[in-house]
Amino acid sequence: MKKVPDSHGRFGPYGGRYVPETLMPALLELEQEYAAARKDRGFRQELAYYLKQYVGRPTSLYHASRLTKKLGGARIYLKREDLCHTGAHKINNAIGQVLLAMRMKKPRIIAETGAGQHGVATATAAAMFGLECEIYMGTEDMQRQALNVFRMRLLGAKVTGVAAGSRTLKDAISEAMRDWTTNVRTTHYILGSVLGAHPYPMMIRDFQAIIGQEARKQILAAEGKLPDYLVACVGGGSNSIGLFHAFLGDKKVKMIGVEAGGTGIESGKHAARFFGGKPGVLQGTMTYLLQDEDGQINLTHSVSAGLDYAAVGPEHSLYHDLKRVQYTYATDDEALAAFDLLATVEGIVPALESAHAIAEVVKLAPKLKKSNVIIANLSGRGDKDVQQVARMRGVTL
Amino acid sequence: MTGRIESTFQRLRQANKKALIAYLMAGDPTLADTERLVLAIEQAGADIIELGVPFSDPIADGPVIQLAAERGLRSGTTLKKILAMMKALRTRTQIPIVLMVYYNSIHAMGLETFCREAGMAGVDGLIVPDMPPDEAGPLKGPAAAAGLRLIFLLAPTSTTERREYVAKESQGFLYYVSLTGITGAKIQNMAEVGKNVGKIKRVTKTPVAVGFGVSTPEDAAHVSAMADGVIVGSAIVKQIAAHQQSSDMPEKVGRFVASLKRAMNQSA
Repeated sequence: MKKVPDSHGRFGPYGGRYVPETLMPALLELEQEYAAARKDRGFRQELAYYLKQYVGRPTSLYHASRLTKKLGGARIYLKREDLCHTGAHKINNAIGQVLLAMRMKKPRIIAETGAGQHGVATATAAAMFGLECEIYMGTEDMQRQALNVFRMRLLGAKVTGVAAGSRTLKDAISEAMRDWTTNVRTTHYILGSVLGAHPYPMMIRDFQAIIGQEARKQILAAEGKLPDYLVACVGGGSNSIGLFHAFLGDKKVKMIGVEAGGTGIESGKHAARFFGGKPGVLQGTMTYLLQDEDGQINLTHSVSAGLDYAAVGPEHSLYHDLKRVQYTYATDDEALAAFDLLATVEGIVPALESAHAIAEVVKLAPKLKKSNVIIANLSGRGDKDVQQVARMRGVTL
Repeated sequence: MTGRIESTFQRLRQANKKALIAYLMAGDPTLADTERLVLAIEQAGADIIELGVPFSDPIADGPVIQLAAERGLRSGTTLKKILAMMKALRTRTQIPIVLMVYYNSIHAMGLETFCREAGMAGVDGLIVPDMPPDEAGPLKGPAAAAGLRLIFLLAPTSTTERREYVAKESQGFLYYVSLTGITGAKIQNMAEVGKNVGKIKRVTKTPVAVGFGVSTPEDAAHVSAMADGVIVGSAIVKQIAAHQQSSDMPEKVGRFVASLKRAMNQSA
């Protein structure tokens, strides 16, 4: 497969740089600075140091033997990104970008957050390096993820609620882009997923690719062969692209991306872009979007704030069209059932986002042979979701 | 080819005057109001109309225009209805009208269909705030075929290379964003605006209009002394919002526009 993106940030017809002129110089600077950093051994060593000593990498590839037995099919491995410092894969990217911000001498960091995991990761990295930090979050998400809001504030970040539109991730990104447009000279915007204008989708993929690089070595050591399937949830799609990337050249490895099916595709209340979406431009990039016939962006729904977004990363749009990755969805109910299952069978409470990947494993594993191997990305832990799930079940804590 | 935009700037230059470019959001509060407003604003002395197309996620806009877009969407305004309204409007006025439209609205209709229909409806140019010239390739052919000018923006952050590139690409006029920020913010440093407009004028003969942050007659007079045109958006939208309920809303908004034009003429 040809290396993507090209020099214009294009993944086939997707990607690009659809932003106001004010941001163009900043994106061009970021692209140059990132290219230089990537070649700089000092930068790579520093990043590797923090990923090992601070984040706790490599994360383990855990053979979920009880889940395997229960489902009665393929052998299931979990890539334990939930064991990263701050509880999700988001920190891989946050550390990388904070190091870049310091190279660019930008003293202020902003970020958007949906579930709060990227906000927490960014606030954490900013605190560790002593940078000023402001996080934008939809007010609906602030309610769903009150715990993470408090965590970000504990870490010294300013959390600003966004009450526009659907009051979720999409609106938080718009507001962060407006802040960046206003304060671009002093501020670096740490986008949290493989979204937005070039070079973000490429750069964030590169920072997350360590997930798959580790998993590839680990599965070869454990099984002596490559996996048959990779499964990961897809919001913007950074944990999934992170897992998939090292395996893209391995033609026999099948990949499944799991979108948020909400209350079902026919209900219209979901965030499954490949089920009813079509290409368009949102927040800097050309990609599959949930939109109406006039190009207005649809409101989305998912039980998981981190998947509740109308666009998917442009690289996923390319792999969808090329059929390199198969995309499917799990509904809220299926994700919640998987959440319970993993907790009781393996003693791991997954993030509701990651529970969507587990829900697909529940469907897939029984159909496969016992000699088949699945790696599912457990992209985050579910501590942040405990309150919400309790509330949904009428339990007062 | 000389179109309405070029002849307007020519006429003004000969009279030693500057262009007042008035922005309003189509369908705010209704499309029928927009039609009356365009005529009233022209009457009040505006030289070019910039008509916003409401979009659900306007990343370049501040709160005032975001709210106007929400009102526009609530009144059921679509790009197709705006073009139909424009067609009717063209029997009553020949003032240059440019659309400020986010890329996805055009993309959803199809670039060629959109350009053809906009040209036939009498649209003169397009400002696509989330499409820098770097991404304009696919739109250029259809826009040229329909006689639509592609108007690009420059910002205080633009480098020399960007200035030269964007100035070369922009047609009709160049839109200089007076501040690093979103629509409706306040210009902090007039001297910097003058300096940057000067830099742009050294690399192009295309007229330069300054927008974002021009809200009072005093601002308009200041900016008018340094550029070929002054773009006023949020301040007009605020007037529309404030007088929504009154039956002579277009006249009231017209009086504000007239005050801008008066201040600009006095400074000329």
